[in-house]
Amino acid sequence: MNLQTDPSKGDGADGTQMSEADTDSIVVRFAGDSGDGVQLLGGQFSQATALDLNSLATFPDFPAEIRAPIGTTYGVSAFQIKFGSRMIKTSGDLPDVLVALNPAALKVNYKDVRTGGLIIVDSGSFTERNLKKAGFNVDPREDGTLGEHRTIEIDISALTLEATKQFDVTQKEALRGKNMWTLGLIYWMYDRTTDATEKFVAGKFGAESPVAQANIAALKAGHAYGETAEVSGDIQQTRVAEVEFAPGEYRLVTGAEALSWGLVAGCELAGIDMTFCSYPITPSSPILHILSRLKNFGVTTFQAEDEIAAACSAIGASYAGNMGITASSGPGIALKTEAIGLAISTELPLIIVDTQRAGPSTGLPTKTEQSDLFLTVWGRNGDAPMVVLSARSPGDCFETAIEAVRLATKYMTPVFVLSDGYIANAAEPWMIPSMSDYEPFPVSYRSEVEGFQPFSRNEETLARPWVKPGTPGLTHRIGGIEKADGSGNISYDPENHQRMTDLRNDKIANIAKDIPAQAVELGNDSGKLAVVGWGSTYGPINRAVANMRDVGLDVAHIHIRNLWPLPENLIDLLGKYDMVLVAEMNNGQMLTFLRSQTRQDIDGHLKVTGQPLTIKEVEDAIRARVQG
Amino acid sequence: MNVQVEPAKLKAKDFASDQEVRWCPGCGDYAILKAVQMALANMGAEPDNTVFVSGIGCASRFPYYMATYGFHTIHGRAPAVASGVKLANPDLDVWIVSGDGDALSIGGNHLLHVLRRNMDVQFLLFNNEIYGLTKGQYSPTSQIGQKSPSTPQGSVDAPIDACTFALGCNARFIARGIDIQAKDLGYVFTRARDHKGASFVEIIQNCIVFNDDAFAHFTEKKVAKETQIHVVHEEKLIYGADSNKGLRIKPGAFELEAVTIGENGITEDDILVHDETNKVLASLLIAMKPPTMPVALGVIYCDSAPSYEQAVKDQIEGAKAKGLGDMDALLRSGNTWTVS
Repeated sequence: MNLQTDPSKGDGADGTQMSEADTDSIVVRFAGDSGDGVQLLGGQFSQATALDLNSLATFPDFPAEIRAPIGTTYGVSAFQIKFGSRMIKTSGDLPDVLVALNPAALKVNYKDVRTGGLIIVDSGSFTERNLKKAGFNVDPREDGTLGEHRTIEIDISALTLEATKQFDVTQKEALRGKNMWTLGLIYWMYDRTTDATEKFVAGKFGAESPVAQANIAALKAGHAYGETAEVSGDIQQTRVAEVEFAPGEYRLVTGAEALSWGLVAGCELAGIDMTFCSYPITPSSPILHILSRLKNFGVTTFQAEDEIAAACSAIGASYAGNMGITASSGPGIALKTEAIGLAISTELPLIIVDTQRAGPSTGLPTKTEQSDLFLTVWGRNGDAPMVVLSARSPGDCFETAIEAVRLATKYMTPVFVLSDGYIANAAEPWMIPSMSDYEPFPVSYRSEVEGFQPFSRNEETLARPWVKPGTPGLTHRIGGIEKADGSGNISYDPENHQRMTDLRNDKIANIAKDIPAQAVELGNDSGKLAVVGWGSTYGPINRAVANMRDVGLDVAHIHIRNLWPLPENLIDLLGKYDMVLVAEMNNGQMLTFLRSQTRQDIDGHLKVTGQPLTIKEVEDAIRARVQG
Repeated sequence: MNVQVEPAKLKAKDFASDQEVRWCPGCGDYAILKAVQMALANMGAEPDNTVFVSGIGCASRFPYYMATYGFHTIHGRAPAVASGVKLANPDLDVWIVSGDGDALSIGGNHLLHVLRRNMDVQFLLFNNEIYGLTKGQYSPTSQIGQKSPSTPQGSVDAPIDACTFALGCNARFIARGIDIQAKDLGYVFTRARDHKGASFVEIIQNCIVFNDDAFAHFTEKKVAKETQIHVVHEEKLIYGADSNKGLRIKPGAFELEAVTIGENGITEDDILVHDETNKVLASLLIAMKPPTMPVALGVIYCDSAPSYEQAVKDQIEGAKAKGLGDMDALLRSGNTWTVS
């Protein structure tokens, strides 16, 4: 299948063991300067790959700087895609193919390439100056640095200029077509046509514009370069077989898209308008961008003056009867904390999306991590329980967002939705759901005057009534000061504070009855080892557990979506395994959290490099604990 | 035959909630509360359609005492909460009540933005130049030298003037009143509510416990007429016990000057006419301070512009008019493929 990579070379030397099935998949990483259009290149290749019915997962990895000095290692932007003829669950551990558009991109990425993998470099960019900027004292192509890999040098810069010289574009504009030339070559390598990208470029710049024509010419030239076999022997064409997807209509979706659409869908199912209030922050901003284009769905978006105002205005919107939603990432969530406490105290619906990034403080804004578990479950003043959900994949963001709207409105509570930088930016093929598949959950506002008390409770849900200001005869006051059970008037009564604290706790704990029981994703519901994950580690854990089960190890995968309240059966379920291993991208937050909920001895595989977990490291962690 | 029954006109007490008011005896807030309740009754406001939003501080207890909808939020954030309320339901009549610490210290950022966006709300800033609820520390409007528990040797911070701040934020309506002048406050509140957009009202308020008589030098009855000027649009800027003092542009300078009609050849013709739409004049009036100049009171600046929530609503209605959103279609937009 995979003609670029010889699986036999993958064994041993670098410790990667290619499982049998892994030859059905290919990992390609594109890397270049942040101005080289690498993300666009990756996005286009993903679309074409999806349309050719391969399964795929992507991992865009870009610097925090918008335009770091050209040619430096900290300005390198990369896009990795794993695709294949079987279901792909991660964006891949080690690239089989690396395309490096400058020396800095090579410097940052070549060590990741699987032994025996292929490296394609733009030799035109390997000037002495660029080598120096990248930190190479000697040209790595000449000193054996790349010895374990097969390297192909193509002067992509010159070939792009050559292909575009007939068009009325500046040299700078022409050189921007490097990404298109590269895309053309990669299309040829994997037997894909250039049609969709040609259409995309024409649509973007206007079919007649010289820029569009130059880009398309570069794209075609790259494709032709492969075809005319100027590199025959070094690069061979590969056709990856189609995956047998379940019947249905599919699209590529990123976590930010699915989450935004899920929130809109949830509001539609609740029969309520959305007011989305947020402040720009990486990597959460795409949600604001997406929702701001959905005004025809009755969505109001408000770019507030700061994170606190974003949370507070969302609370104000919920108080007025809309679904108030705010979104941010770690540092912004920290700022919203006091406001979230207000929503808990006043028992108003609110959704807070936390697209987690590496911390603490500013940390690594563009890198992924799942280290806001403590912040979201426990991080507020006072006893302040609320619902916390986490999404496991880009597509799963849709379902998680709908569930957040359901719980927030039914129980009059704030709900956290945890995503992360990886899920938000990564794309995966997604079977498009139908809105008719979902049961509506219309909200009801209190309008009956007789017997009204702002803090009376629904016997089943313990939720207080939701009254829209403007409702005749129901004027009342709410606030963050402790309120009397029932009337909601200010109360400093000690017994009342105990009662209200208990009620707020019971209301949230009670939600455990209204969420799915914890399932076992893979493996048996008892045994030697359960690997527990949450959020975006789903893919690597699931694949690693599957691979280890294939070689006969007694291991299961449990993935927690409902972080608070936990599913009622979770603690009992964990008790049925001899060992529990939490694998997560933080320094032990779920580990500590689960230990606090059970007396069971729980172990952790923890990583905070800003990069997703790899299948291999989870496999190693399993092997270290269970023998066949 | 149907007989149209006029709804009974509400009285001030119909805007008072059943909660016991718990400000210190003699606090200026009592007078402001009464003035607001009276003004709302006179304006024909509807309690069911009125929302009071506040932050934290003595003034911010205000909503509990109003028989309207009310939301006592967190320190400094009332403008942000109120913005969400107004965005979700632009038909509501939204009032924000805040103090000098709440509005200009911890909440300065939100005040800035609610004003420059021109959200259609009324912002009442009770300025007593002190922190009351936390027991007497100096505030961002306290004068240099203010002795307080946190500044035993006197504060060294330069204060900010509330109305100057508002003008700098591009507020389109700025007024000033004094807690004990109920009738003038009533007029200002009515104008503030009528103004479509953010209306900023500074209310000079006496804190009897921690900063008593901070404003006595211009609020005491015996000096009031000589130290206050009640500005009225298109009327001469005249004040004084004998109505013989006025404001003019000082010859050869770009500043206001207080003059006496009949002295030094000054006639009434020399006195400026108040133009509440003139921002430059507003900035000069706001900055006036005793003893050389009177304190400007009333509607100092009013120059309407489209309000924020209306513009937001227009965009949404415009988008809807082009076709309501269809979720199934949205999910299928762009590149899709079918596996059979």
